[in-house]
Formats: sequence, C-alpha cells, structure tokens
Amino acid sequence: MLRFLLAKLLYLIPTFIGITIVAFGFVRVLPGDPVLLMAGERGISPERHAELSAQLGYDRPFLVQYADFVAGLFQGDFGTSLVTKKPVFDEFLSLFPATVELAVCAILIATLVGVPVGVIAAIKRGSLFDQISMTGALVGFSMPIFWWGLLLIIFFSGTLGWTPVSGRISLLYYFDNVTGFMLIDSLLSGQEGAFASAVSHLILPSIVLATIPLAVIARQTRSAMLEVMGEDYVRTARAKGLSQRRVVSVHALRNAMIPVITTIGLQVGVLMAGAILTETIFSWPGIGKWMIDSISRRDYPVVQSGLLMIAAIVMIVNLIVDLTYGLINPRIRHK
Amino acid sequence: MTRYVRRLAAASALALAAAAPAAAKTFIYCSEASPEGFDPAPYTAGTTFDASAHPIYSRLVEFKKGTTEIEPGLAESWEVSEDGTEITFHLRQGVAWQSNDIFTPSREFNADDVIFSFDRQGNADNPMHGYLPGITYEYFSAMEMGDLIASVEKIDDYTVKFTLTRPEAPFMANLAMPFASIASAEYADTLMEAGNTEDFNNKPIGTGPFSFVAYQKDAVIRYRKNADFYGDAPAIDDLVFAITPDASVRLQKLKAGECHLMPYPAPADIADIQADENLKLDSQPGLNVAYLAYNTTIAPFDNPKVRKALNMAMNKEAIIDAVFQGAGEVAKNPIPPTMWSYNDAIEDDAYDPEAAKAMLEEAGVSDLNMQIWAMPVQRPYMPNARRTAELMQADFAEIGVNVEIVSYEWGEYLKKSTDPSREGAVILGWTGDNGDPDNFLAVLLSCAATGDGGSNRAQWCDDEFSDLITKAKQVSDQAERAKLYEQAQVVFKDQAPWATIAHSTQYVPMRANVEGFVMSPLGDFTFETVDIAE
Repeated sequence: MLRFLLAKLLYLIPTFIGITIVAFGFVRVLPGDPVLLMAGERGISPERHAELSAQLGYDRPFLVQYADFVAGLFQGDFGTSLVTKKPVFDEFLSLFPATVELAVCAILIATLVGVPVGVIAAIKRGSLFDQISMTGALVGFSMPIFWWGLLLIIFFSGTLGWTPVSGRISLLYYFDNVTGFMLIDSLLSGQEGAFASAVSHLILPSIVLATIPLAVIARQTRSAMLEVMGEDYVRTARAKGLSQRRVVSVHALRNAMIPVITTIGLQVGVLMAGAILTETIFSWPGIGKWMIDSISRRDYPVVQSGLLMIAAIVMIVNLIVDLTYGLINPRIRHK
Repeated sequence: MTRYVRRLAAASALALAAAAPAAAKTFIYCSEASPEGFDPAPYTAGTTFDASAHPIYSRLVEFKKGTTEIEPGLAESWEVSEDGTEITFHLRQGVAWQSNDIFTPSREFNADDVIFSFDRQGNADNPMHGYLPGITYEYFSAMEMGDLIASVEKIDDYTVKFTLTRPEAPFMANLAMPFASIASAEYADTLMEAGNTEDFNNKPIGTGPFSFVAYQKDAVIRYRKNADFYGDAPAIDDLVFAITPDASVRLQKLKAGECHLMPYPAPADIADIQADENLKLDSQPGLNVAYLAYNTTIAPFDNPKVRKALNMAMNKEAIIDAVFQGAGEVAKNPIPPTMWSYNDAIEDDAYDPEAAKAMLEEAGVSDLNMQIWAMPVQRPYMPNARRTAELMQADFAEIGVNVEIVSYEWGEYLKKSTDPSREGAVILGWTGDNGDPDNFLAVLLSCAATGDGGSNRAQWCDDEFSDLITKAKQVSDQAERAKLYEQAQVVFKDQAPWATIAHSTQYVPMRANVEGFVMSPLGDFTFETVDIAE
C-alpha cells in the first residue's frame, strides 16, 4: 500500500509542474492587460503604460516572471491581487469554505440520488423508470446551468416563494465567521433560525450544481451495473439461490462501484467548473465567482495562483479516489 | 413531503423578513459588483465609490444632491484669488471622525487632514503614498492634479490654501470627486505606528453619513448610521449592500423583498418592473454619450464632407429603438442635454440617404470601403455595439459605402483604437466624472488628447475648437464659460469628427415603500436621504 501511495505521489510532481506552466501561461495568452482595463475609455499614454507595467513587473521577460512566480510558491507566497492589493492566499482562504460547502452538498445530492437511480435503472432495464430516468439524465447532462439556475429561482423563489433568491444566509443574521462554513457558523452563533436560513439558501444552488454530476453518475452506475450483472459470479450467486437484494448489494454493487467512484472523483473537476456559473447566479461568495471577476480584470496573480490552487485540490481529491480503489479492490493495490 | 415544504416555507418567510423593518431600520441595496477596496483614492470603479467614498467619506465640496452643482462640504466657504490660481478654504468646525475597534480619534477634523489627503496621493515621499503593494492614484493623475496643484498650505487649523499652477475652472468640480475624499491623518499615523497600514483600505474611517461595520468579500457590506455626521442624519439605522452580480437575479431579489433598491436593470425587464405594483422605477438621462469616431487624419475621412455625409446616412432613431430599446435619446452634441452649456440651438444632421449620397459624390468619393469597430462589451452608454454596427452597416450600404465590422478583446480595443494610424471608425462612449463640460470636450476632443494612448479617438485637432475650450477652462464665470462651450459645440457639429449616437437613460428600480432616493446624474448611488415607509 505504501509503495502504491508513493508511486501515486511521484506522478503528482510532473503534473504539478505542468499546472504551474498552464496557470501562468493561460492568463498571459489572453489579449489585453490589467493596465489597459484599469485606464478604460480614458486611454493611457505609452509612457504611463510602460511605467505602470514596470511597477507591476510585467515588463520583464516571461521566463523571469515565471521563475519569480514559482520561487514565490516555494516560499508560500502566492502573490498579491492587482485589484484589491491583498494577498491572493488570504482571499482564497476567505472564499474557499463557501465553495466547499456548496460542492460537498452538491456531490452528496448527486451521489445519493444518482447511484440508486442508476442501480434501479439497471435492474429494471428497459422499464418505464429506466427510460424516464435515463432521458432525464441526458437532459440534465446537457442543461445550460445559467438558464437552469435562473429558471429555478424564478419558479421556487419568485412564483412559489419557497426559497430565498440568492446569498448564503438572510441578512438579518450577522455573526462572525468562525469556520467560514455557514452551516457550522450559523449553529455556533446560537441565533435562532440562522441554521434554517443557511440551509434554505443552500438548496437551489446545490441542486443546480449537482445537476450535471448527478446525470453522469446515474448513467455511469447504470452501465457499470449492467456489465457486472452479466458476469459469471453474479449468475453463480443467483444459482446459489441468493435473494435479488443480496445479489445486487453484496455481489454486483461492490464491483460496479469502482468505475462509479472514478466518475465521482472526476466530478470534482466538473464541480469546480460548474461552481463558476452557479456562484455567479446565486451571488455565492466562493472561488468560482472570484476567478471569473479576476479573469475579466486580468488580475494575473489571482488567476495564476487561483488556478494552481484549484488544480491542486482536484489533484488531491483524485489521489484520494485512487487510494479508495485500493481499499475497495485489493487487486489494484497489488498490481 | 408536506412537512418538508412547510419547513421550507418557514425558512423563506424568514428570508423575506430580512427586508421588513424591525425596530432598527435596515436598508438593503443589491449592488452589482464587489468594491475593489475602501480607500477611494487608488480606485476607479463607480461601484467602489458607492461603497466607500459616498457612504463613509466627505469632501471639501460636494455635488448638490441630484445635480452636478458644487455646494459646501467639509469646507464651509472659499475664496478664489483674482487670477484664479489661489483658493482659500474655510473648514467646518466640530466635525467628528468615525471610530472603530482599532482607532478612537483624539481630535476633530482639521486642516492637517486636508493636507494629508492630497499629499499622500501626489507626493511619493509621503509615508502613506505606497502603503499597498502596487498602489497607484489613477484619478489623481488622470485629472492632472499633480501638475495642477503647486501647494496646499495650512493657514490655521481651519483654513487651507490651494495654490494652482494655472487657473483651472473645473478644479472645484474635481474636488467633489470621490478620489478627493478627505481621510484622517491621525488614523494613518495610528496605523503606521501599529504597522498595519493595509487597514487604511480594509477598515475605513471617514466623516460621512455612514460608518463602516464589516465586509464579507463578494457577499455583504454592512454600515451603521453615523450619529455624529455633520449634515442631516440618515433616516435609516443600518445600510447593507448585498452583492448580486446578475441583473435578472437582482430583480428577483427586489421582487421577493430581499432588497429595497437595485442598480442597472436589464433593458428587457423595464416593462415588467413598471407593471409590478410592489415596485417603482426612477429614471433620468445619464451623463454620457455614445459616439462613432472617424479617424480624421486618414483620407477620405480627413474631409469633413465625407464625415458629414456618413452622419446623414445614419438612422439614429432606429438604433435607439433596436439597441437601446427606447432607453435612450438621439445625441446631437458631444455632451448630454443635462449638462450646463448644452447647445440646444444646434440642429442635428437630418437622416437623408439621398442627400448623403449626393454629398459623398460632391466630395469625389465613390466605392468607399470602411471599417466600423464594435466593442465586445456592454457599457452604460452602449448596450450592444455589435448590433449598432450592423445597423450602421445597413444604413451605409444604402449610399454605396461598404462596411466591414471588426472587434477586439476589450483591453486591446481600448488600446488599438487610440492608434493614430488606425483604419476605420470606432464606436465608443464616455460617462462624465464631475459634470463639467471640460470633462467631455477636453478629454475626448482636445488636441492634447490626440496621439497614441490618448482619449481623442477621432485624432481631431481643430484650432478654433481648441482655443474655445482652453479659454473656457481659464475663466471662472460660469455664464461666460457656457457661452464658449456653446460655440465649441457649433464648431464640432460643423466639422463632424464623430457621429454622435445616443445618450442612454439610467433606470433605478426600487420597492414601492422606498422614499427619498435621489438619482445622481453622475450615476452614484447614495443613501443618506432614503427612508422606508412603514
């Protein structure tokens, strides 16, 4: 197991170097620069432009800037936002819990709904349930998130008035952030109704963010189950006279879970991408919205370090997924 | 399931209660973006000023509510020397600074604060000048304050003298702008001693109608009424900004009662808002202009006749209908009609393709191919540049002019459009900073603003026009200045360096029970006068 872990960790090193290059290069490949955007319609003389670029260090060769960026990373310095003039890492820390809270709720919804739906669809292959759920999954997978979010807001918040429109908690409640996770902080605050308010604010954005992963997980579970259900050992189990429930839960599901867990792990990347739109619609103060704002302002340090941190998180989650296989399927860890 | 729904309904009723006034009156504003910071000096975005300069700070002089006229602020009165280069301000006494958990002021506002507020921006040796990494003072330099101010002297604790390098009539309007907000010198000293100067930007201290309470990044800003405010105390107790970037979501929040007022509704939603009896809608012409700037240095656009012919071929009414969806008016002058010195006697070039065609022939131009640049972003003065360019393309085709529409990424667009050798005509616009005509005419059309990186996209340098606006800057009598600007607009119309397209209308939707909100021609959102009817 230790060797397995070490091998996986070794793979991370080249990946991480690759990510620093992509993160650094990405924002610089985009046309336009922060100084021009700051000046706006007023324009800026070439002299002043050069002066400001020099002050920000963007007149230096790319390689020097890159070396500077990487050297900073080794010292734990992720740079300073050009716009807010605050350390990028501090901003990240203040926004990250909001994204995690939303993403965890979304992945829970996607898994807790997607896996059972997939299993039932596989067992009752060709049934009405199968057809409806798989069509639903196709629609969910193709859903334009922005439109979907707005539609839910207009219906549930506007017409029915069941859920709040946007934000993380009613503005009636005001307390200090202890953990940054609103569900926890609202409980810690001891204010009556705060937790319920936080939950009600989480419902729509979690559903919207869960939509695509849910569709993917349901389809993946169904096809993995179908494959496993055709295996010899399932037939043997059936022949032994085991109940359908036991065949499915003990023999089929456990084996079908391996590709499903891979899929769930990969959805973390999808969630990060989905968070950008979901957070913008629901005014959710997380890192997705932060990245969008920073890209449109060409806030180089925020974009490059933000991308790097997001990529690192996705990598770590995938590492954990890899390790989970080892637990579920001993053959993988001994290979 | 029913129980679940009931619980949901209970939770949302709570959320709705957020907007209902309890014992303390809380006013919620659904703002459209996050502030860049809370020090008004280094930043340029209107949304930052709405969150910092307007609620928290005051200035020597202020824009009278709802106008661009100057009225006393922290300065009770002032005298201008005969030659216009010395201005002596008599400061208001008994103005208290706000306090917070790290600062309790030991003294009231005085001359030292005025000197500090300008020195920290213009003087690189001031210890607070570079207090944030990469900080620059863009407005201070854009308004040429460094060149303009020779000195700021303290005569006594409540008298300050500004000496200018030249007479400059718009100077007073500059002092009412957000960047000229007066900050506390004592607060800066306290922070420098404690070694946490960044709190100058994070935990602002001012003399304005509201004091800062807390900011949760990208989510909420909270303010409390400043009970010691020198002017009329606000009617509301707490002011909250709920940051909501999407216009449709803002409207949903307003409808659900989650906020009282919102900026920038989508043009398509205006009719819906007007039909909702829980809401009301204020509107006024914005202090802006959208234009198409020809490059007047390149043939055949160096010939005023060609420019005039194209202007006559342009159906502006159609653009107002299709692009602005009625939320705008046709522009005939480079300054908007709400601005003093607007020359209403000028007649716009009538839309007349036949006459345009004849004029083009007269100028000896045939088979003209040209580019029209359409910017890739929506701006307050222009909802959709691409669509506008397409309409122009169709209009120009009628007179035999072939148009190619081009566009670049916004930053590139801004830069490339200033290139003196640029091919093609550029769609762009401007929103006024301080309500002075000089802020339009000199910034956009003076000889000084031509050249690479300048804001005169027409590269138009006309001696007569230049003389008029330079003179208008040097005399201090407003009536006399207005006359000069009116003449300058005649020259502009005659020479047609631009096709003036439109002035957009600004809309502010709010709950029907909101009282006392005053729209600002400068597009500011300020709340010291608002109240919520019971």
